[in-house]
Amino acid sequence: MSQAAIDSTGASKGSLQSYLTGFVLSLILTAIPFALVLNGTLSSSAILAGIFSAGIVQILVHLHYFLHLDTSSAAGWNMLAIIFTLLIMILFVGGSIWIMKDLHYRMM
Amino acid sequence: MTTDASTIGIAHFEEVEHPDSVGIQILGFWLYLMSDLIIFATLFATFAVLGRNYAGGPTGKELFELPYVMGETLLLLFSSVTYGLVMLAVHDGKKKWVLIGLAATFLLGLGFVSMEINEFYGMIAEGHGPDRSAFLSSFFTLVGTHGTHVTFGLIWMAVMIGQVATKGLTSPVQSRLMRLSMFWHFLDIIWIGIFSIVYLMGVM
Repeated sequence: MSQAAIDSTGASKGSLQSYLTGFVLSLILTAIPFALVLNGTLSSSAILAGIFSAGIVQILVHLHYFLHLDTSSAAGWNMLAIIFTLLIMILFVGGSIWIMKDLHYRMM
Repeated sequence: MTTDASTIGIAHFEEVEHPDSVGIQILGFWLYLMSDLIIFATLFATFAVLGRNYAGGPTGKELFELPYVMGETLLLLFSSVTYGLVMLAVHDGKKKWVLIGLAATFLLGLGFVSMEINEFYGMIAEGHGPDRSAFLSSFFTLVGTHGTHVTFGLIWMAVMIGQVATKGLTSPVQSRLMRLSMFWHFLDIIWIGIFSIVYLMGVM
């Protein structure tokens, strides 16, 4: 991505093909978990795994095809910021669940 | 949003065309989005902790209609793609297509917000409002915060339609369209988390 300055960051413009690829992939990755839950024949742990993996892959698809986040040097700070944010998020969400589950267990 | 106020503040030296100013603004807006992501992370954490405390009230299985949520999801996904097409038209300098694309994105986003308001209204009218249980409090806070963001995005988009129509595709206008693009795609990513964790897991 070495076009104009406006294109060289994590939110560059992309191309028609990248948006359409992202769109088709997102449609598939949305349809899979909805179909799994509506169908409901699989075990609940298999459905959970399906929901989480489809969700995570779709988030990556959006970041790549819609937000054009990559490891190029111009987008490096954006990448660093999102990695740091992910660390904070894991601490928040994981820590909250851990503490509250533990409290719940001890209060029983 | 607050970032719009800041663009007004620096508008006077944008005209000097500092070569890096667009990149710096985009990085700054990205940092704002990351802080917004932390807000959503705390709301997701709250939902993860309280999402099964029904207090004898309705469960997600009784309240959520998956085909309806699928419709909301598709509206938001379509609007993300139409906004992508807007950015392509911006790059090609096609003002008419920028306006058409922004109008299409606006209508799709409006459809999403209308569906969500309709859903909330139906739940509250049946007595399943945020005061019913911890599950519903955390549900309304998380999904409502996302809906509020989309609403602010719509207001921003309406302003940008006006700016493109009156000012044309000047460099500050292009920079604002770029940041709105990041905001809009960001909200679609948050929605993936909401439909996966709140709706799909709630119905299981």
